[in-house]
Amino acid sequence: MRAFRYHRPADVTEAVALLDADPEAAYLGGGTNLVDLMKLGVQRPGLLVDVTGLPLDTVEPGPDGGLRIGATVRNSDLAARPLVRRDYPLLARALLDAASGQVRNMATTGGNLLQRTRCAYFQDTAKACNKREPGTGCAALHGQNRELAILGWSERCVATHPSDLAVALVALDAVAEVREPDGPRDVRLTELHRTPGHHPERETTLPRGALITAVRVPPLPFARRSTYLKVRDRAAFAFAVGSVAAALDLDGDVVRDVRLAYGAVAHRPWRAYRAEELLRGRPITAELAAQAADAELAAARPLRHNGFKVPLIRNLTVRALTGLAGSVRP
Amino acid sequence: MRGGRESGNPADDQWSSRIGLTVNGGGHDLTLDNRTTLLDALRERLGLTGSKKGCDHGQCGSCTVLLDGRRVKSCLILAVTLDGREVTTVEGLAGPDGLSPLQAAFVAHDAFQCGYCTPGQLCSARGMLDEVTRDWPSAVTGDLDGPVELTDAEVRERMSGNLCRCAAYPNIVTAIRAAAAAR
Repeated sequence: MRAFRYHRPADVTEAVALLDADPEAAYLGGGTNLVDLMKLGVQRPGLLVDVTGLPLDTVEPGPDGGLRIGATVRNSDLAARPLVRRDYPLLARALLDAASGQVRNMATTGGNLLQRTRCAYFQDTAKACNKREPGTGCAALHGQNRELAILGWSERCVATHPSDLAVALVALDAVAEVREPDGPRDVRLTELHRTPGHHPERETTLPRGALITAVRVPPLPFARRSTYLKVRDRAAFAFAVGSVAAALDLDGDVVRDVRLAYGAVAHRPWRAYRAEELLRGRPITAELAAQAADAELAAARPLRHNGFKVPLIRNLTVRALTGLAGSVRP
Repeated sequence: MRGGRESGNPADDQWSSRIGLTVNGGGHDLTLDNRTTLLDALRERLGLTGSKKGCDHGQCGSCTVLLDGRRVKSCLILAVTLDGREVTTVEGLAGPDGLSPLQAAFVAHDAFQCGYCTPGQLCSARGMLDEVTRDWPSAVTGDLDGPVELTDAEVRERMSGNLCRCAAYPNIVTAIRAAAAAR
């Protein structure tokens, strides 16, 4: 591991100034991803700015409902909050389906959103990777790409975003409170992560030095009827090969409103706007749910080894929506 | 965090830091290369070799210790981030009267073969049982609002961060449930 300097800033302003001043500096949260990548030589920061001591570790109910989650709140603490479990089951489920008990005790809210892809080619410094080293090519495009993207990828990068939490937050229209060198700014979660395009090394829309300080989840009463379904290669402690976050608001059996987002299919959490649009105003059935998923997945371009993800996401969509509809006919 | 400048070694100044760390109830004043993980600090500096290095990437769980009472993977924590914190390792689980009930249950139910993963299993189980006491749900908990019942499925899911190469899993589950029932 490359030697680095270590600093605990006194406040957010100092943290952002340190990052802004040093192109080799990186924020350290729970470290569950960054420390691992430093051991692998994938990330080589010269200065670590440890933000875990900043006063960003509270979860507060919003003034009009909703939640405000501090950036350093640990994943396990957030999942255990009665308010989250009752009002946002998709959020609790997404957190609990991720990693292991030990890792959830360490990982932070902000760090979870900014974690790096688990694409094996990105993590192996002997392989070509435009994300790790721009211009070197993408060994995954024609390599072992079973786990990788089916939507929104480019010739430069087919990596997926690994977070479960981010998929649930995207479905909820959450907003990141960000401190940038120029001051504070709100960034919608649906606009936080990028598709790779020509610059897979740029994973978010945040400028250099930006620090997520909190995530606001707006009030959404029908999120009490919500879920997160995750398929992985083993029953526990694995990243998704496909996941669906869903919340459903029914008037009788007619869809009054719906939220749908997909994970492990793209370089960003994938909000299924097209599917949502098709579902609204219609009686919920398995057939309708499948049609909606098909409409969203019409743009899918599977790679050599991951064509299975298209029916997987379709079936997960049906299972999630019919499950939430409960007694409605299958 | 007192910073590297007090380390007395100007050459190492910016690359190392000085911390105060409590381990199993005893205080330690350490100057460490910033790259040192908690696991390496415990094993190489403090001679506490109970915590094991398996994968060194946060995947196997054999390095699990308790940090301020919560289970964590010591291979992914930089020791210099822990100034003023309290760590409990497997060496600190036993009381003055001998093995803790959890350790005794592992012996009674033959919950290991080679024993390499056992320190991590014990620390993880100890932290996990405290999480259950606080009614934290898991991925297999059906009702997120209800109290948690520690079934075999719950133990397996909650202990999924600890691998056992000998596959002593059935007896590990039995031992943990026995210790939980005796609490």
